[in-house]
Amino acid sequence: MENLMIAGRTFQSRLMVGTGKYSSFSQMKDALDASGAEIVTVAVRRVNLDEREESLLAYINLDKYVLLPNTAGCRTAEEAVRTARLARAAGLSNWVKLEVIPDDGTLLPDPVATVEAAEMLVKEGFVVLPYTSDDHHVARRLLDVGCATIMPFGSAIGTGQGLPNPERLKRIIDMVAGRVPVVIDAGIGVPSDASLAMELGADAVLINTAIAKSANPVKMAKAMALGVEAGHLAYLSGRIPRTEVASPSSPEIGLVGSTS
Amino acid sequence: MMDIYVNGKTRSIEENTTIEQLIERLHLAHERIAVEHNRSILEAAQFFNVVLKAGDTLEIVRFVGGG
Repeated sequence: MENLMIAGRTFQSRLMVGTGKYSSFSQMKDALDASGAEIVTVAVRRVNLDEREESLLAYINLDKYVLLPNTAGCRTAEEAVRTARLARAAGLSNWVKLEVIPDDGTLLPDPVATVEAAEMLVKEGFVVLPYTSDDHHVARRLLDVGCATIMPFGSAIGTGQGLPNPERLKRIIDMVAGRVPVVIDAGIGVPSDASLAMELGADAVLINTAIAKSANPVKMAKAMALGVEAGHLAYLSGRIPRTEVASPSSPEIGLVGSTS
Repeated sequence: MMDIYVNGKTRSIEENTTIEQLIERLHLAHERIAVEHNRSILEAAQFFNVVLKAGDTLEIVRFVGGG
């Protein structure tokens, strides 16, 4: 099976995972291991100077995982660019998961600001993986400005509603046509959602909440990895066409007691 | 002593403190952090030769869990 390639780097796993919302860092570490993921997202926040906090990075083996800092919480292109620059200055990655989300109620990305920020960051040498809606033309703009992936949502962040509009995602996958990987990011609730995303021809999926907030994140991480693998194998195998008429799977001749 | 602003809060520090010294005093010398000084981002190699002045604004960030 061919590997996932992003900005010249190859990956065996087609599952990317987030590091938020776990009940402890050690649980997160175990879930990351169980997921088989090689790309993990992190957020950038002010250091708490009033009390010492444990370091997330103490639980992430940087020889094993590529760190993908996000710009979550940024409401404007300017904030996102500033946060991306800070993330890069930390010296671990020039990759950025670009998110520009003006309101907390919907967590819907601002398409205009996302394209603006993506263009600036690409010019500054960032590898930009933008979180976007399933809007076809926004995806095309992001491709045009040189993003390293297109990451349309399945459904709203953290909702676990799966992929209510698979045909919109399929249209984006067809439009991108293999030029960069398409990663379905957000909304996945169960492995069948992840599998469906991959069956549509997505190159990878990114999951956080559905693993971290499940009753058993380590098992769910493994389940998601299997869902991604199953869906990708199915995509490569080529599904049968849907038909209106039933057709038996067993031979129609040689039935016991038949007269012909 | 003089006041600077670190992560949105006033902080009183000795004059002629460098960013490197401040980071050590904040017990962050061994943390993977990034620093923005008066809205311009510093490389780690610059920490030792930037001397803070009264009224300077710093943002000191790190990576936390996120999706």
